[in-house]
Amino acid sequence: MHARMLPYLLILPVTLFLCVFFLYPFVLVSQQAFTTGGGFTLDNFREVIGYWKFPISLSNTLLLAAIVVPVQLALSLLMATMVSRMEKGRDLILYIWTIPLGISDLAAGIIWLAIFEQSGFLNSMLYGVGAIETPINFLSYQNPAIVFLAIALAEIWRATAIMLVILVAGIGLIPKEYYEAAEVFGASPWQRFRRITLPLLRPSLQTALILRVILAFEVFAVVAALGGTLFPVLMGETYAYQFDLLNSGAAAAMALIILALSIASTLVILRVLRIPKGARI
Amino acid sequence: MSAVVADTPRTDAVRSGRVLYVASVVLLCAWVIVPLYFLLVNTLSSPEAVTSFPKSFIPAFNLGSLEFFMNFQGMLAALKNSVLVATLTMILSILIGAPAGYALSRFDFAGKELFRLLVLLTRAFPLPLLALPIAVMFINVGLDDTVFGLALVHTTLAVPFAVLITFSLFSGIPTELEEAAWTLGCTRLTAFTKVVLPLILPGITASAIFAFVISWNEVFAAAVLTIENRTLTAFLLQSLAESPLYLKFAGGFILVVPALIFIFAVRKYLFAMWGIANR
Amino acid sequence: MREVVLDRHEGEVDYQPNENGPWLTRLLAELEAGSGTIGVLGGLHGELAALDPNDLTDLDDLGVGAASGTFNDLSKLGTDHVQYIPWMQASYVMAANKEALEYLPEGADIDALSYDELIAWAANVHEATGQPKFGFPAGPKGLKHRFFQGYLYPSYTDGVVRTFASDEAVTAWEKFRELWEHTNPASTNFSFLQEQLLSEDVWIAFDHTSRLAQAFNERPDDFIAFPAPAGPAGRGFMPVLAGVAIPSTAPEVDAAKALVTYLMEPETQIATLRATNFFPVVDVELPADLPPSVQAAGGAIAKMSAAPDANPGLLPAGLGDAGGDFNRVFVDTFERIVLARQDIRRVLDDQKRRLEAIMNESGASCWAPDAPSDGPCPVE
Repeated sequence: MHARMLPYLLILPVTLFLCVFFLYPFVLVSQQAFTTGGGFTLDNFREVIGYWKFPISLSNTLLLAAIVVPVQLALSLLMATMVSRMEKGRDLILYIWTIPLGISDLAAGIIWLAIFEQSGFLNSMLYGVGAIETPINFLSYQNPAIVFLAIALAEIWRATAIMLVILVAGIGLIPKEYYEAAEVFGASPWQRFRRITLPLLRPSLQTALILRVILAFEVFAVVAALGGTLFPVLMGETYAYQFDLLNSGAAAAMALIILALSIASTLVILRVLRIPKGARI
Repeated sequence: MSAVVADTPRTDAVRSGRVLYVASVVLLCAWVIVPLYFLLVNTLSSPEAVTSFPKSFIPAFNLGSLEFFMNFQGMLAALKNSVLVATLTMILSILIGAPAGYALSRFDFAGKELFRLLVLLTRAFPLPLLALPIAVMFINVGLDDTVFGLALVHTTLAVPFAVLITFSLFSGIPTELEEAAWTLGCTRLTAFTKVVLPLILPGITASAIFAFVISWNEVFAAAVLTIENRTLTAFLLQSLAESPLYLKFAGGFILVVPALIFIFAVRKYLFAMWGIANR
Repeated sequence: MREVVLDRHEGEVDYQPNENGPWLTRLLAELEAGSGTIGVLGGLHGELAALDPNDLTDLDDLGVGAASGTFNDLSKLGTDHVQYIPWMQASYVMAANKEALEYLPEGADIDALSYDELIAWAANVHEATGQPKFGFPAGPKGLKHRFFQGYLYPSYTDGVVRTFASDEAVTAWEKFRELWEHTNPASTNFSFLQEQLLSEDVWIAFDHTSRLAQAFNERPDDFIAFPAPAGPAGRGFMPVLAGVAIPSTAPEVDAAKALVTYLMEPETQIATLRATNFFPVVDVELPADLPPSVQAAGGAIAKMSAAPDANPGLLPAGLGDAGGDFNRVFVDTFERIVLARQDIRRVLDDQKRRLEAIMNESGASCWAPDAPSDGPCPVE
């Protein structure tokens, strides 16, 4: 009896907490999505999906996530394995690599705008080495690819650390003996990575990916700073409905669409990176 | 910054591999630091220099923009509020999050998937929309404009991280280890405190750092839910939106620094994770 | 603000600047909970108009108001009572780097430019420097919609709503497309043109007076301010009005009213001008030692109002919480015509339906320069 109740006892505090501070306001807000004036309706969804910018902001958001998240995954895996080989200076390097953790998306937007704007650091650098005569306008509507690249770079810079820390913690839990045994059998570093690190890291990979994907769908501040009005994303449209158009029903509908996307991708990640029972170390 | 102790034969392949390795470490460090350095340069430049072209890459050590903020009334009080809220958030989210992470990793129970989904959903819904009902609730129960109330909201943001990170950490610790402790006469509780907890502690610190940073950088709820007890982020960013460019940089810089100091201060715990690998 | 404006007030004032989103969320939460901490609310006309007049205390008995009857009418928000007190005003003007002056087209008077001359000027600068140096606040926080509503449309069509899809409107958008050829393409990132004027990414700019102020205050000798250009239907321009209101949940109504009265005193109004670059709404003698930004903007606005072809417009009124939707019609039209380069006629006909729906739903009647209407302002 005691053992059966134990897990519920353990999750009780967080469940209660989230019911009060998340579920309750969430239900209130979601109701607005399904009502306009009176009665149940899907008008809000029809309105936001029918708006001409919706397909653009949807594809922008998905495209950005599809480019940024895999790069971040690869980069954070690389960084985590590099750190694990280090003996000297590991503390310092890891500290430097986790610095962006402490930087808010608003601050990151300011920083990267200072780099890419017309009289910014990138142009100053190019000018300094004589590559250009006059500053180039990187963030203009004529160069959507560069705008996209700038946003992607800023996002990769800002949010890779979050995956890195989770993966570093995960790698730390893999027993060293496995690697030593592999070395005895003459496995190459790449083989060790493929056969030991990746499979045993699955729980951490799963967590890191899910969190990162969910946050990627909510990207906003960095995009607004660098892309201006050129790169609409779902979250920006949601805020526009809520605060510019004062249409909280439509804003709630947008937010529910983002939520549905997040749930769908979470389920996919859970399936692909399933942690087989009994395969746990 | 070189890393590996040389005890292998110095063949060319090994040497070039090492050069490549060190080079990529240096490159990745630069990738993180250089944008921050630009922020520093802009913060320490005079208003004219901030908008000039081409820009200088060496800071001019003009403290005008920073002094502007230092003379702001209420900066210190706001800083204190920020630290208080962030610390409370950190403690709360670990206290209620870690047990749930343990439950997820060790037990199969009905409703487990539903619970995981609930935790994830919390992060998948934008807080600015939830702020209105939360604020109404707080005003009604008297939690409005308190450090504790804001910490509760920030905990909502941080707790999914706490649950998921501790879950993946606990999953990485072999169940056999605990079971061995039981056979040696430990109860479930003592097995946990004597065997699992010491292993997991550094990882828990990592999620505590997340909680701290999430709270530190949160603006919207802070701006809505506090009036007299503003946090530094809400205090700065609300007055920053319409400010001249050089003040934006200085304000951004002021926000970044305390977070960096915090991560630096607790890095020992963060990196102690590596002790585990050497057990 | 705290130091310059509120300093002389006897009561203690806790001034809390906020962005639009948190401002609104906080206020709505206090109203919904029925108990508040906000005593006095400051905001732009459009923001205050979006609130339910029932949530604002009637202020008729205060006995203060603007010198302008139009402003006082606006502040009733369509009711019979004063809902907010007009607090301060501003406008939009042009500003230019003095280096650009030598490229002015021949015979053009900078204080009486036409849109054609402005386009030619921007083209000259573009040709001479190799860079498009006209700046337009089309960024996420930029006030581009006000340019279309208060400047471009009145100047070309002598209206805003009625003439939205007229042939003159097509001409106006064609002209704007021409101007856009010489506009810094990063304008979609610009929200405060003072930054681009100072960095010299832009030489000629249109923006809100308080969003140009820093340029004049930092380098007063390098920039000049001048009136907005004129089109076939005159020199359209539009005021910006900010007001103060007292929410129905204000904790200490008397103290709040005392503060509002204080804000309307002539000395406070001048102090406000120094701090914010928003001009007084009451009749006051302006001192001579005002900051350069105020002098420059004040001069340009005076020339604009006194111009023989002046065609002043009013702020949208009666739209209620549809003000944001109304702005979006213009912003969308801009993005589709100018950025996406869609066919002008087709876009206007398409957006016209949205505009019609908004006007009918809100029931707002026409405002200047549109001819008055009985009932909702028709889109012709």
